[in-house]
Amino acid sequence: MLKLDINQEMVSRARKAAFQITNAFSWLFEGYTTVATERTVLRLMGIDGALKDGKPLPNVVVDNLVENSAIPKGAAIWVANAMLKKGLTAQQVAEEVAYKGLELTQISLASGEEILNTLNPLVEKMLDHITAQKEKREELLVEYKQRPKPAIYVIVATGNIYEDVVQARAAAREGADAIAVIRSTAQSLLDYVPFGATTVGFGGTFATQENFKIMRKALDEVAQEKGHYIYLTNYASGLCMPEIAAMGAMERLDMMLNDAMYGILFRDINPKRTLLDQYFARMINAYAGIEIQTGEDNYLTTSDAVEKAYTVTASQLINESFAVLSGIKPEKMGLGHAFEINPELENSFSYELAHALLTKTLFPDSPVKYMPPTKFAGGNIFKTYLLDAMFNFIGQLTEQGVQLLGMMTEAIHTPHLADRYLAIENAQYIFKAVKDLNQNLCLAEDSFINRRANEVLAQATEFLEKVAREGLFSAMAKGEFAEIKRSENGGKGLEGVIMKDKDYYNPFMESMKQELKL
Amino acid sequence: MSKNIIRPYGDTLNDGKMQLSFTLPVSCDALGKEAAKRLLLQAGFDEAEITSMNDLTEGFTHFIAYAVTSTSVDISKIKVKVVETPVMTMEETDAFVAEHLGRKITVVGACIESDAHTVGIDAIMNMKGYNHRYGLERYHSFNAINMGAQVSCEDLLAKAREVNADAILVSQVVTQKNIHIKNLTRLIELAEAEGLRDKMLFICGGPRISYELAIELGYDAGFGIGTYATDVASYIAITLAKRKVQE
Repeated sequence: MLKLDINQEMVSRARKAAFQITNAFSWLFEGYTTVATERTVLRLMGIDGALKDGKPLPNVVVDNLVENSAIPKGAAIWVANAMLKKGLTAQQVAEEVAYKGLELTQISLASGEEILNTLNPLVEKMLDHITAQKEKREELLVEYKQRPKPAIYVIVATGNIYEDVVQARAAAREGADAIAVIRSTAQSLLDYVPFGATTVGFGGTFATQENFKIMRKALDEVAQEKGHYIYLTNYASGLCMPEIAAMGAMERLDMMLNDAMYGILFRDINPKRTLLDQYFARMINAYAGIEIQTGEDNYLTTSDAVEKAYTVTASQLINESFAVLSGIKPEKMGLGHAFEINPELENSFSYELAHALLTKTLFPDSPVKYMPPTKFAGGNIFKTYLLDAMFNFIGQLTEQGVQLLGMMTEAIHTPHLADRYLAIENAQYIFKAVKDLNQNLCLAEDSFINRRANEVLAQATEFLEKVAREGLFSAMAKGEFAEIKRSENGGKGLEGVIMKDKDYYNPFMESMKQELKL
Repeated sequence: MSKNIIRPYGDTLNDGKMQLSFTLPVSCDALGKEAAKRLLLQAGFDEAEITSMNDLTEGFTHFIAYAVTSTSVDISKIKVKVVETPVMTMEETDAFVAEHLGRKITVVGACIESDAHTVGIDAIMNMKGYNHRYGLERYHSFNAINMGAQVSCEDLLAKAREVNADAILVSQVVTQKNIHIKNLTRLIELAEAEGLRDKMLFICGGPRISYELAIELGYDAGFGIGTYATDVASYIAITLAKRKVQE
């Protein structure tokens, strides 16, 4: 079997440094909340819907509380208080705020006990629903045949949810195990989640709760026909991380893209906002049994994949450590990496194999997510098809958890129906052809692959230790990550970071923490 | 046939052989195959041969075909618009700018509006560049400001005005439903309204951008697939030097 001889002492040092980096943020997690977190609480309390101009009711209520400087207590208390005093449901309270000018802060606050008594049944009801969704998934996974390694993961991205359904069903019938509905390119920077079914998007389809529901239903039907569970994936990222995580939990999504640092580095979202949002989003994912997937591939599309290979390892370890803080178990951590080395480089395949083995070795229990070549896919569909085949070869040889299939038309258009078919055919052929090859191979002593993996690990460790010494925010401000400079108080969404009052209360986070033993 | 008049080549000059693949909403059977063949014949091909068909499910079938075309093109009648400035290395560009302009060139770049894909603008502007060609940030002769993704047209123009830019670089990667055309048009219209259009070079780039399309949209130049920082830097340096001479 292909097995790296990895320096275990270096692994411990790297993990320790990552732990130091992420554990330095208790001041943030304990002392602050965000508008997205509060909107999530309202959604979990059952508030949904939007004004005619598209502004969702959770935004209406939270904005109103922000204007009245009342949000530091948390949105739950104010809405529960209005429910209690006026005899309304949470949804009715939101509607009164939106349409009748109800001022939540004008209603005198009931006692803490009375408010808790109002909130508890709501919290219980929603958490029961999420638990039921989780159990349903687990039952189906037992009933249907097991997910292969790697699982075949393809994207749909037509912009129209109904067209996406056609493409997703076809992919599922052709052999896909997981379908990711790519989001419209502008969504990550929207500070609200659009409402309802959508048919127009660019480079993808808006993530909305209704769209989740439509796709879930379509995939469940194919799953039943095939006796094969189809994982549904979307993005808990951008300015609405926890809200989308909550919608995913309610609608039984199975995987969610959720990276602790991606929004900061690649979307210029404020660092504090992102860390707070990912903290709650991941807790919701953990509670709902959703597998998260991180975006380390992005480091390699912006920098050289050999020179900066260590940034992937470093980010994986930071993502792992943040995930632990939110209660995510290793078997639900889809840490990312990618096949992005310049194909002109001699022995590029050996480098890729070393990097892929390193990821698998560091995270043996995780369904690591392997991303396809994109940077050197430039319109020659025949060449790209071959690159994808080499990528698939490594995917099976190293038993990655999830193989996001490359499309031969990468860099030309969002995948056409036939592109996806050809990609699945490519993967199925290779996965079958080299199924047990690994068991017949071993690495030569002092092989290049072994040395290379240890070299990347050593660079990552050194980097993590440096970041641990100076602190994550300071390192980001200096451009240590992805050669992009991000300052603690810069970026989008900073105004949505709020210092909590002493009597702040988030009933869902409290219950989830208890359940997840945090 | 004249040497200027050409046809596709398989293994014999002018045999007109072409390779095609496409999907039809039809069943994967004899009927589907015949439908695919007829489609090719109606499109003007001869000897259409469906060499493979695969069921895409949901009522769709994918076809791979070979066919012969009797059409030809006369290349002597074609004129294409291309960037005509020569391409210099980074060192040559730096030397050229020092000699002909005697100052640094300021370039502001961004992916505008909804576009979140920085791959293109980063390949041209970032220090690292792409495929062993350093980006503009590495050039001594350039002051390169990369504003990143999802920058509004207004913000880009405001920045360009603030730093008195010599050139604006716009990247558009997402092209679904021609969103790139809308975004690029909006930028030029705003620039004209604000009186900035003639004060600096407007250059766009992306996988679906051509020089010709860029000119049509009112830009000074456009760069497509296979473009490196060297192409863009040389174009900017030489064009600015020419304009300086003309002034």
